[in-house]
Amino acid sequence: MTTTLKPAPVEGPSIAANARGYVERVRGGDMGALPAVFGLVVLCAVFSILRPSFLTSGNFANLFTQGAAVTVIAMGLVFVLLLGEIDLSAGFASGVCAAVLAILLTEQGMPWYVAVAAAILTGAVIGSVIGTLVAKLGIPSFVVTLAAFLGFQGLVLLLVKGGTNISIRDETILAISNKYLPPVLGWVLLVVGVAAYAGLQLLRARKRAGRGLTADPVSLIAVRVGALAVLGGLAVYFLNLERSRNAAVVSLKGVPIVVPIIIVLLLVLTFVLRRTSFGRHLYAVGGSAEAARRAGINVDRMKISAFMICSTLAALGGVIAASRASSVDPNTGGSNVLLYAVGAAVIGGTSLFGGKGRVLDAILGGAVVAVIENGMGLMGYSSGVKYIVTGSVLLLAASVDAFSRKRAAATGMR
Amino acid sequence: MTPVLELRGIDKSFGPVQVLHDVAFSVYPGEVTALVGDNGAGKSTLVKCVGGIHPIDSGEYLFEGKPVQVGSPRDAAGLGIEIVYQDLALCDNLDIVQNMFLGREHKRGIVLDEDTMEEMAARTLESLSVRTVKSIRQHVSSLSGGQRQTVAIAKAVLWNSKVVILDEPTAALGVAQTAQVLELVRRLADQGLAVVLISHNMNDVFAVSDRIAALYLGRMAAQVKTSDVTHAQVVELITSGRSGDLGLTNGVPA
Ligand SMILES: Nc1ncnc2c1ncn2[C@@H]1O[C@H](COP(=O)(O)OP(=O)(O)OP(=O)(O)O)[C@@H](O)[C@H]1O
Ligand SMILES: [Mg+2]
Repeated sequence: MTTTLKPAPVEGPSIAANARGYVERVRGGDMGALPAVFGLVVLCAVFSILRPSFLTSGNFANLFTQGAAVTVIAMGLVFVLLLGEIDLSAGFASGVCAAVLAILLTEQGMPWYVAVAAAILTGAVIGSVIGTLVAKLGIPSFVVTLAAFLGFQGLVLLLVKGGTNISIRDETILAISNKYLPPVLGWVLLVVGVAAYAGLQLLRARKRAGRGLTADPVSLIAVRVGALAVLGGLAVYFLNLERSRNAAVVSLKGVPIVVPIIIVLLLVLTFVLRRTSFGRHLYAVGGSAEAARRAGINVDRMKISAFMICSTLAALGGVIAASRASSVDPNTGGSNVLLYAVGAAVIGGTSLFGGKGRVLDAILGGAVVAVIENGMGLMGYSSGVKYIVTGSVLLLAASVDAFSRKRAAATGMR
Repeated sequence: MTPVLELRGIDKSFGPVQVLHDVAFSVYPGEVTALVGDNGAGKSTLVKCVGGIHPIDSGEYLFEGKPVQVGSPRDAAGLGIEIVYQDLALCDNLDIVQNMFLGREHKRGIVLDEDTMEEMAARTLESLSVRTVKSIRQHVSSLSGGQRQTVAIAKAVLWNSKVVILDEPTAALGVAQTAQVLELVRRLADQGLAVVLISHNMNDVFAVSDRIAALYLGRMAAQVKTSDVTHAQVVELITSGRSGDLGLTNGVPA
């Protein structure tokens, strides 16, 4: 046998080689975030041209608060989708948790942190029950969560006593979706974030190079950090513009508070998926449950955990939705919330077939969904048209998913 | 010499179908034991019982002379038994390193220690003089059948194990790679490991094995020294369960 693994080059592959590798992967069917990013750019361009009001600071801030709840629910769905399962009850689970929050806050007069903890605990319990039914009894998740979908819809109705709504007056909860960071703090967080990212990347590359492993070249890291700094800088700048009609009376500027919340979730959950053995095992179960079992992984426990994470994040999504609406009613987490959330994850590039997905997908897809919803609203289209368009986009994303899978099978990359 | 792994009176049924009948099987350190038998004889099932994939219905499982309970793949791995399954058991969506360490990741605190795993994987593959894989960070789905086989074997030898079981490791391989795997099998045994090789190819069996165990319709027909039998006798044991005074008489080993 001739060639073995060559001693790894200390200076890793160049940017050109990285780019070539990327093109190869896309050709091979692994499109990753490409469709979502492409869609986002096209949609934003179209809406900005047709409706200049789309491109205002006020509307930009709106996009974040509008899409936040769905995005957080979608982040949870990624964990379930990774296993090749589905949670159709995530929408109404968020409704149930929001109702728990509202009852404790408004009717029981509890402090906000007790109410939020109770809502999150409710989510975790819901997830563990669903997960146990799926893993231990072997009922398909589609059926279990469809039943839960109906059941939770009823539960929300009962909790908010048929038809009425419970308003929320707690300042802290309301702030989540309705208040903004002081402009300076937005800049500080951005600078700290970018610097930390750059530092971690460089440190990692240095460590790997020191051990003779392939490391990312500094030029590639510079490109990544630069892109993050530019995009983040534009966003913060834009959000820090005054958007109040009457700034003398009330000033409206800064990054919505949900944004750092979502970024923290993104970082923590991505860390769990990418850097811990728990995350590794989730991917393994999604790729081949039998192989995972033979590697000594407790497949049932992984399933239950995934459903728990999903419902817990749905609870957080419910809190955010309650904050935005300043109230909880029987429709909280209902109508299109679940489909938007599943759509967000799939549009972002998470596969419905399991084994492939990232938390970032939920954010990219959530952005696409929010832009469609927002832009078409500005154009004056009715809800009917919005639903049809969003449905079509979801179908398109699922087709891309199925197509790339086929293509990957054909080119042997899966 | 005491066997490192010894099974006695193993029965295994799938529902109404009894696949293994009163099977005895011994594996010795420093030796290659070939496990042969026709399609459906129960070889893979026996191996999966050893590996804790299937629970045994009854019988004794001894490791280094002591009775042990093996109820899960983790138990088997804990004893130092590594198995390359016929149906490979790799995750297509993970890369080579991730597959090799699956379920036994190196960690620093709670964080995966990717660099150490990558180094160890590279070293192991190198020691098997693995044919060009472009990168050990490529997904297993992009590998050829033979390359996947090598990864599965590398995964098994990574762990300084005491028993390595290979279920038809050469079935999908070309001539050169088959020779390489057989050479590896021999090398592992010479290092003192107990190796079990399942194969339908008599030439391979006679080329590397020290002992041959022949299963016939779920019963152990005979376990003999390779030097004591001929090709023809082994073929007879495989196809009819007996050969001269070797093998089963009325379903009972001689
Ligand atoms: N999970 C299972 N459920 C039911 N029957 C099974 C199962 N696994 C194996 N069997 C049956 O057990 C018998 C032995 O199968 P096994 O796979 O052990 O044969 P083998 O000796 O490995 O054959 P081959 O040489 O074709 O690999 C077959 O009749 C098979 O149908
Ligand atoms: Mg077999």
